[in-house]
Amino acid sequence: MPFKRFVEIGRVALVNYGKDYGRLVVIVDVVDQNRALVDAPDMVRCQINFKRLSLTDIKIDIKRVPKKTTLIKAMEEADVKNKWENSSWGKKLIVQKRRASLNDFDRFKVMLAKIKRGGAIRQELAKLKKEVAAA
Amino acid sequence: MVAFRFHQYQVVGRALPTPGDEHPKIYRMKLWATNEVRAKSKFWYFLRKLKKVKKSNGQMLAINEIFERNPTTIKNYGIWLRYQSRTGYHNMYKEYRDTTLNGAVEQMYTEMASRHRVRFPCIQIIKTATVHFKLCKRDNTKQFHNGNIKFPLVYRKIRPPTRKLKTTFKASRPNLFM
Repeated sequence: MPFKRFVEIGRVALVNYGKDYGRLVVIVDVVDQNRALVDAPDMVRCQINFKRLSLTDIKIDIKRVPKKTTLIKAMEEADVKNKWENSSWGKKLIVQKRRASLNDFDRFKVMLAKIKRGGAIRQELAKLKKEVAAA
Repeated sequence: MVAFRFHQYQVVGRALPTPGDEHPKIYRMKLWATNEVRAKSKFWYFLRKLKKVKKSNGQMLAINEIFERNPTTIKNYGIWLRYQSRTGYHNMYKEYRDTTLNGAVEQMYTEMASRHRVRFPCIQIIKTATVHFKLCKRDNTKQFHNGNIKFPLVYRKIRPPTRKLKTTFKASRPNLFM
């Protein structure tokens, strides 16, 4: 199977270790075999090891080391935020974050909702079983 | 960024004025040391080898730390060094790609230790310079001088995001692709 996600200028990656954990960054230049220069609209440009990055499918069109305003404009044009939040990976992360930030009342509401959903599923299942038994 | 072990200092000193020489020449050096105290000591070490002056008959005029002007751009650094191996002294020229000079110097020290088993006290930095990409000599740095650089990350081991979540045993074998 060939590789589909490459380290290249403009590749969007997710930081998966360290201080900036969970942040979406753009690779703006490659320092050497192990490190990339990385930038995001709300942080200072810094170098980060590839071991701390998970590459995504999203790529934006920029030249080497663009200015911050150019980077922000390119990210808007490529619509990185929406593409990320609509991707299954992005959606999973949003759900994880929401679940981690629930308070006790929210968890209670979730319990009630799960019971209600389970009840509705069982009702439908009972109906289908009756139809099969009747047939 | 990560705290650097080596800091760059500018050290200025001269011999003490004597009746024979009212205004001795002032000397300035740029060196790398882990702290200011060591930088001053290194300054006298080098100055002793060049001029007839010691710490006891000299005075330190200034010591300032030099910081990187543009720590967000990548540069090619060339470092000329003189090191002592088990059999004698040798000169070397090494190239590194890094965002800061302190980072490149730290890379140099770790590389010399690993490749040649030369430790910090046995290395003297003669000169450092930012090298224009056309003048780089090592293929290892030149291969990154590509505007359309593109390569896949071949061996991907996913780590737990904090050391606290590390476990000795895993339920299934990891997926190393992507």
